[in-house]
Amino acid sequence: MLYYDIVVIGGGPAGLAAAIEARKNGVKKILIIERDRELGGILQQCIHNGFGLHIFKEELTGPEYAERFIKELITMGIEYKLDTMALEVSDNKVITAMNSTDGILHIQAKAIILAMGCRERTRGAIRIPGTRPAGVLTAGTAQRFVNMEGYMVGKRIVILGSGDIGLIMARRLTLEGADVLAVAELMPYSGGLTRNIVQCLEDYNIPLYLNHTVVNIEGHDRVEAVTIAQVDNKLKSIKGTEKRFECDTLLLSVGLIPENELSKSAGIELDNVTGGPIVNESMETSVEGIFACGNAVHVHDLVDWVTEESKRAGSGAAKYIQGQIESDCKSIKLKGINGVRYVVPHQIRLDNIEQPVELMMRVDNIYKDIKLIIKMNGEVIKEVKRSHVAPGEMESIKLDLSKFTPGDSDGIFIEIVKEEV
Amino acid sequence: MYDITVIGAGVTGTFIARELSKYQLSVLLIDKENDVANGTTKANSAIVHAGFDATEGTLKAKLNVRGNELYEEICKELHVPFKRIGSLVIAFDKQEMETVHELFERGTKNGVPQMELLDKESVLKLENNLSEEIIGALYAKTAGIVGPWELAIALAENALENGVELLLNSPVTEIKKIVGGYCIAAGDRKIECKMIINCAGIHSDDINNLVNSASFEILPNRGEYNLFDKSVGNIVNTIVFRCPSEAGKGVVVMPTVHGNLLIGPTSEYVDSKASFDTTLEGLTSINEHTQHMLKQLSLQSVITSFTGLRAKTRTQDFIIEESKESLGFFNVAGIDSPGLTSAPAIAEYVIELVKRRIENIEIKHDFNPYRRPNIQFMELPDIEKAKLIEKDPSFGRIICRCEHITEGEIVDVIKRKAGARTLDGVKRRARPGSGRCQGGFCAPRVMEILAREQEIDITEVVKCGLDSYILTGKTK
Ligand SMILES: Cc1cc2nc3c(=O)[nH]c(=O)nc-3n(C[C@H](O)[C@H](O)[C@H](O)COP(=O)(O)OP(=O)(O)OC[C@H]3O[C@@H](n4cnc5c(N)ncnc54)[C@H](O)[C@@H]3O)c2cc1C
Ligand SMILES: Cc1cc2nc3c(=O)[nH]c(=O)nc-3n(C[C@H](O)[C@H](O)[C@H](O)COP(=O)(O)OP(=O)(O)OC[C@H]3O[C@@H](n4cnc5c(N)ncnc54)[C@H](O)[C@@H]3O)c2cc1C
Repeated sequence: MLYYDIVVIGGGPAGLAAAIEARKNGVKKILIIERDRELGGILQQCIHNGFGLHIFKEELTGPEYAERFIKELITMGIEYKLDTMALEVSDNKVITAMNSTDGILHIQAKAIILAMGCRERTRGAIRIPGTRPAGVLTAGTAQRFVNMEGYMVGKRIVILGSGDIGLIMARRLTLEGADVLAVAELMPYSGGLTRNIVQCLEDYNIPLYLNHTVVNIEGHDRVEAVTIAQVDNKLKSIKGTEKRFECDTLLLSVGLIPENELSKSAGIELDNVTGGPIVNESMETSVEGIFACGNAVHVHDLVDWVTEESKRAGSGAAKYIQGQIESDCKSIKLKGINGVRYVVPHQIRLDNIEQPVELMMRVDNIYKDIKLIIKMNGEVIKEVKRSHVAPGEMESIKLDLSKFTPGDSDGIFIEIVKEEV
Repeated sequence: MYDITVIGAGVTGTFIARELSKYQLSVLLIDKENDVANGTTKANSAIVHAGFDATEGTLKAKLNVRGNELYEEICKELHVPFKRIGSLVIAFDKQEMETVHELFERGTKNGVPQMELLDKESVLKLENNLSEEIIGALYAKTAGIVGPWELAIALAENALENGVELLLNSPVTEIKKIVGGYCIAAGDRKIECKMIINCAGIHSDDINNLVNSASFEILPNRGEYNLFDKSVGNIVNTIVFRCPSEAGKGVVVMPTVHGNLLIGPTSEYVDSKASFDTTLEGLTSINEHTQHMLKQLSLQSVITSFTGLRAKTRTQDFIIEESKESLGFFNVAGIDSPGLTSAPAIAEYVIELVKRRIENIEIKHDFNPYRRPNIQFMELPDIEKAKLIEKDPSFGRIICRCEHITEGEIVDVIKRKAGARTLDGVKRRARPGSGRCQGGFCAPRVMEILAREQEIDITEVVKCGLDSYILTGKTK
């Protein structure tokens, strides 16, 4: 058995930031476990610009952004194990991991930070009829092939789903000489950032078909054609609206799911909406001493927010092992209603917060000219105006609770209210 | 000149080849695909039926019951996953219950052991997730589930260990009669042999027609399925059939040997032998049938869907006979359900036909019925794991994160006889890519390993069929 103060599972931006922050808060023995060959997580395959605008006020590529944290980590002498897979986490904080040099590892930690990122939804999960040829792959897999291995995945391409990875890959593949024929999106709005729609589709004249889905895939060995059709408001395809594209590739960018098999093995309570653990102000999960951050908690569109959130997990874990966390104190639940799909954190223990608290949330549709209203004890305690909110863009609000006494409140509610004009 | 050529490396052909390898014969097994079990054997319900379905006196009835008996031992010898979990045929009304009684009687006539008629309470005791609206069921304890392609792959490997030769990527396009036998054109090869056993599945009529007149016709019939995540794999413990009626012809809800849940199949005659597509209508219909059978089932955890083609004939029975026009040419055709179940018995039956043609067929004394099991690293105790990693560090490297499959296991299935050559081939043998992410993460890694082990370029690695290339070249 090995012993550490904090073990961080996952060496992506979330894990890196959490480990660094824990060290800054005085924790000595920290270990990062990363199954990949290098640190940096998904950032290593995102060679496009656009990372770090908030934190560094610069436009960095994914690997550049990761590099800043990796350097800092190495300077601080934080230990990490690459090519090492965490297989199981128990609720008494023993981690089972494995690699080819150490074999099976059992590690007892005082606190654990889960930062496993997310995985992509696949074809099966969305049940597209048709044949099952080669040439149907997720956008993230394609991104890895193109950006990291240096191989092209197709010549004539249709993309289903307008998530950010799909949009970015539309541009990337076009620049590599492929024809991207169409991007079909089931919803009436894109799931990606507006800046990506402009810079990745419009600038290259790639048509975006909203309210469309793939209804058939043809081809025995390799994709030969893909048919898309419009959907009605129940998301059922409408006969007669089919468009058939002869192509050799279908990329899927149909959503990301937080990776939480390990959380399940530790018996951590998950949120049905986010797919990640339920967390409190310190990013602690329902199992004491196990923290979580980054895409494993909820899918972020900007890495800057991942970093912010993960720092909180790092300092939270540090305080936890230093006995500075108050767990027996007044706590208040947060809930999104009326258009707000979820809010992270799910719960705030008032004695543990540094004001103000950062709330992150996603809305369920596109809204224009609205207010996001925060209520407690039936009273509005904060409101912010937004001219445009969309499911693809995470919203964040800083909330100062010092002026309010929660009383016997049943929680803090966040909702969308139409702005009166 | 080979003594015997077996055309078709599905479960029928591999079983026969393995049975033949018990004798002093030179045997060649040919398939048009680049792996064994790439036909109907890779897409079916994987049930080892008890045997109450087929009409008394037919070959199907006889070989089903005998096949079922033989399963346990063969799967032990070859280390193929097989579980005798029993089957239920559930009835929702009086009329269906009558059918259930008929099946019971037919089963009795066919010699099916261990059948029981159950009332509602007893059924729900066995399966508490079934609909409260059922009124009774036929319970057949001898029914089981198997890994069908694992079986065919294991049979091929064992046959090869015992001297059979395997020729893949070689579609048979011509058969000529020559003195003392036949000359077969397969891919770019010409093969001479004394006898031919035609096990070409849905194409067995085409193969027959290369030398004989068209005495039978294969009518392809499509069956579609949905496969679910392991999280719902234990919603039923047995194989649960909907009572055959106008409403639903034999839809089944069942666990697979790997713990997933399988629902299907549809049954629909199709024009083309290349109709491997799933359809919205087909999948919707099986979803609805299944939801009727169960208290509840969420479609959220579907991980994939697939289609299999049944090789039906007009007579509805297996055709297993020597051609009347060509001595030493045996048809093993029309092998639709329960073809998988019957396969061991079909092999026995065919050997008897062959023996009539060859005098003094000699037994191979060094025949080895056993096959080394696949390494299942995660199933090993920690001490064994540590030992294996020390001996070969590639066992410490996990390639498939969902199913926790190591590089060592993948290399092993590539290096074996009748080993994996393709992404799907690796998946069928070692199961990376068959979990939640369906290969999203591990496919690039598995491709690297396939390229390295076969000393080919990564762009030459295919998914399944010869033209199922994955990469189209280098980036700029
Ligand atoms: C394609 C794409 C494009 C993006 N574009 C932008 C952009 O332009 N601008 C921007 O600001 N943000 C962007 N983002 C968002 C940002 O990159 C992510 O939100 C961020 O990388 C998430 O960080 P993470 O550490 O939570 O997850 P990840 O980066 O996914 O890291 C998780 C790590 O955990 C490891 N791991 C998982 N399970 C285990 C285990 N069992 N054992 C050991 N290790 C494990 C993984 O290997 C991985 O390295 C993009 C994201 C993606 C996917
Ligand atoms: C939907 C469905 C459900 C089923 N469920 C069950 C069940 O639960 N239990 C059960 O017992 N049975 C079941 N069956 C039946 C069972 O799957 C088949 O009987 C069995 O797989 C047939 O095996 P085979 O080897 O005869 O055919 P196949 O597996 O199709 O093998 C034939 C082989 O011949 C090769 N071939 C064809 N043409 C040529 C050529 N010209 N040259 C070279 N090679 C050629 C093909 O590539 C193929 O590999 C089901 C079938 C279907 C379709």
